[in-house]
Amino acid sequence: MPRLTFEAHGYELRENESVLECLTRHGVTVPHSCKSGICQSCMMRAVHGVPTAEAIKGLKQTQQADGYFLACSCVPQVDMEVTLDAPELFLVPATVQSLVKLNSKITRVRLQPAQPIDYRPGQFVNVRRDDGLIRSYSLASVPQQDDYLELHVQRNAGGQMSGWIHDQLKAGDTLQVSTPRGECYYRPGALDLPLLLIGTGSGLAPLYGVIRDALRSGHRGPVWLFHGSRARNGLYLVDELQALAERHKNFRYVRCLSGEPEVDGFVSARADAAALQQHPNLKNWRVFLCGHPDMVKASKRNAFLAGAALRDIQADAFISAH
Amino acid sequence: MTQSLYDTLGGEAAVNAAVDIFYRKVLADNRINRFFESVDMDKQASKQKAFLTMVFGGPNKYTGKDMRTGHAHLVKMGLNDSHVDAVIENLGNTLKELGVKDAEIAKVAAIANSVRNDVLSR
Repeated sequence: MPRLTFEAHGYELRENESVLECLTRHGVTVPHSCKSGICQSCMMRAVHGVPTAEAIKGLKQTQQADGYFLACSCVPQVDMEVTLDAPELFLVPATVQSLVKLNSKITRVRLQPAQPIDYRPGQFVNVRRDDGLIRSYSLASVPQQDDYLELHVQRNAGGQMSGWIHDQLKAGDTLQVSTPRGECYYRPGALDLPLLLIGTGSGLAPLYGVIRDALRSGHRGPVWLFHGSRARNGLYLVDELQALAERHKNFRYVRCLSGEPEVDGFVSARADAAALQQHPNLKNWRVFLCGHPDMVKASKRNAFLAGAALRDIQADAFISAH
Repeated sequence: MTQSLYDTLGGEAAVNAAVDIFYRKVLADNRINRFFESVDMDKQASKQKAFLTMVFGGPNKYTGKDMRTGHAHLVKMGLNDSHVDAVIENLGNTLKELGVKDAEIAKVAAIANSVRNDVLSR
């Protein structure tokens, strides 16, 4: 087995063990969250030894060249010495401007960063609490229209960060916010293409950002949003979305309830099923998928089989940390 | 030197055009799609891109050993000649859709067939 060295200490790796698992097992604290190579909060740097290809996926060329890699995705094939001097991950303190309950499970958090943050609506930031706990949240705000960062935080059963945000966080408190990342955003330049957005729960957050960004950019093609929940009280921003649909004739908002019978104004189906049923041919569509990982995975496949090009399917699975 | 099939077909752009069509056919083919269900579709697509580059005769780093280790878990799942045949059939139909002539399709199929034994761990 290759050997891992961290702060002059040697550690034996077990078979198929990642750098993150090995260090955590030995009581070393490495910041981390999704453990899936997405949030990048476990970024470390290799001083000796080469990280695996898997561990540098999604990093910038310059970061790769400097030896940075993701500890959660790196199962070392050679001896490695690693350090924790992660690059510019948490530059910006942000003050909580307001907290508003959007429904029983989702709280809207508006943050005022200490300095302007450059982002595209639909990207995500890592939010760090004082004690080092990190979670990723998508941005529902649009920088050209909103002078705050807006997150929709869904309370997860046993969720450390979401529970704390719902129960204890107050206006005026400070959090650290990372550089925004992620591919789930509106790409300008093709104003006539049809857009299909499918979201469940707080997966609406990035989609709300993407939709407003598209409409603000003068998107002319149809923009279809299918937002799904089990029951009616799981939906949110209903008035805002309906108002948006009145102002923009090309925007259509479909509310989907998977656990309730058909009632006026709602479709009784899962959001992804309803979307694919109504739009069975997705050739030349751009598709955005956000929310539950199972929904995102299945929809990606189904959208692809319905004719959407893989590069035109932008997906953001909300992987909950455990 | 004669131009490689890869260049005749249009190089990397042709591969990119072919990947989506090919992958879609494979996923829709009940004879073989269970071997292609992957956690990560993008990863799967990039593997297929490498495969198409190889069978088009383009620049690739495949070795017989890669083919063996890369497919060993599928062989355990029951991968056999009939599945390789189905893949090559889908490949042919993909190329037909892209307007490639039968003679060229036969060349591509011949390259694909040349790795059959490695893929099936024989």
